[in-house]
Amino acid sequence: MFDFSIITQWIHSLLCTYMPEQLAIFLECVLIGVIILLAYAIIAIIMIYMERKVCAAFQCRLGPTRVGPYGTIQVFADVLKMLIKEIIEIRHADKFLYNLAPYIVIISSILAFSCLPISKGLEVLDFNVGIFFLMAASSIGVVGILLAGWSSNNKYSLIGAMRSGAQMISYELSVGLSLLTMVVLTDTMQLSEIVEQQADGWFIFKGHIPALIAFVIYLIAGNAEVNRGPFDLPEAESELTAGYHTEYSGMHFGFFYVAEFVNLFIISGIAATIFFGGWMPLHIAGLDGFNAVMDYIPGFVWFFGKAFFVVFLLMWIKWTFPRLRIDQILTLEWKYLVPIGLFNLLLMVIIVVFNLHF
Amino acid sequence: MTLQIIVFIVIALFIGVCSVLSVTTSRILRAATYLLFVLFGTAAIYFQLNYAFLGAVQLLIYAGGITVLYVFSILLTSAQGDKAEKLKNSKVAAGFLSTLAGLGICLFVILKNDFIEPSFQPGELDVKTIGYTLMGMEKYQYVLPFEVISILLLACIVGGVMIARKR
Repeated sequence: MFDFSIITQWIHSLLCTYMPEQLAIFLECVLIGVIILLAYAIIAIIMIYMERKVCAAFQCRLGPTRVGPYGTIQVFADVLKMLIKEIIEIRHADKFLYNLAPYIVIISSILAFSCLPISKGLEVLDFNVGIFFLMAASSIGVVGILLAGWSSNNKYSLIGAMRSGAQMISYELSVGLSLLTMVVLTDTMQLSEIVEQQADGWFIFKGHIPALIAFVIYLIAGNAEVNRGPFDLPEAESELTAGYHTEYSGMHFGFFYVAEFVNLFIISGIAATIFFGGWMPLHIAGLDGFNAVMDYIPGFVWFFGKAFFVVFLLMWIKWTFPRLRIDQILTLEWKYLVPIGLFNLLLMVIIVVFNLHF
Repeated sequence: MTLQIIVFIVIALFIGVCSVLSVTTSRILRAATYLLFVLFGTAAIYFQLNYAFLGAVQLLIYAGGITVLYVFSILLTSAQGDKAEKLKNSKVAAGFLSTLAGLGICLFVILKNDFIEPSFQPGELDVKTIGYTLMGMEKYQYVLPFEVISILLLACIVGGVMIARKR
């Protein structure tokens, strides 16, 4: 595999020859920040286009076709529209919190986004507590949603925020349990290390039964974590207009919208990294020729391919199942997913202790 | 002036300003938000010390857990536009005095203490080391406090179920 750290090292040494090292590090931080924001925006645009096309396909429609070839420029036009719309200020609302809330949501999403290992040597935040940090970063978003609902001074927003908060806090437990199950198998929490360990087979094959159960639980809980259908009742438009972002307009609404789509990508990216090996190509032990051919496909192609495959799975679920009620959602989590997750954790520990995995 | 010190000064200023704001604001949800910022700043200092585990714990438990709990309870109990009553002068003076006393004690301890230089090692702490320290039974390992805390949490859960159950 091509190691991208050669390029980053080269940039670092190049900058160091022209300026002191500290300034070089500062400049690199700024550069990486800009790149992350750009990648974030581009992925959001791709996700929105994909959502429209997939949704249309499931509803026997064509989706956007007019603007650009196959409607590809439609999303860019929408972004422009969003940028030039007026940001409306609400009377009798706490303006400071009202304006702050979308930024909290987007910051937590960006923090989680920068943890994803895209290719070999292309990790931005690669702590040895990687998965743990990722969960910590994504748990901040709830605060933003609650603040948004409360400071809108609107009862629908408040109910939407309360539902969303209850749902996200509950389902975080299942996401954590299924990730913990995989950490038992991997023996490490560092995401780059986890990918390296899957060189001789992805964890969904290596961990067989418990890994498969963990993957299904992770998909369900991850879908609920990002408030998407069939768990999208925080913004159930028939009862709550648009939930916690009813009162937002312009780019502040855009932040919620973009964060929702990129959070879906992050959930899929983590699933791809932990269960399907991230940027690691498909390797089958014994078939050296096949493995060598697979190595010629660059790592980021593998990563994005797997991530968008999981995204497609989640969109398929969203456009197939009807919306659940709030009590059904909480029952599903606390009475089914958490006990199954705990049992699955135990099963994984037994399998690892008795060395029954591949 | 190294980059480390500049970053530290920025974080410290951020923490200081936000803590003062969280005490002086009269709206309770704003106070909770400033508290959240203070906790972010503390986490940032842990990350700067290269102690990613403690930083992540700070984010997960305090920022993502306890602040959410605060915000939730504020949402359930107070209405939009509620403001705290204005404090009496005597209370303000008492608070100011106790703050000064606390500052004095902290400064005294920090300035008097001899810090052991080599204990600040560069590089991240291994997660396995943290795990063994948390769950080990030898000297400088802390399985007993860990278990005691879990009993406390269990008691809290039982208490919560007792309060919330249908009669």
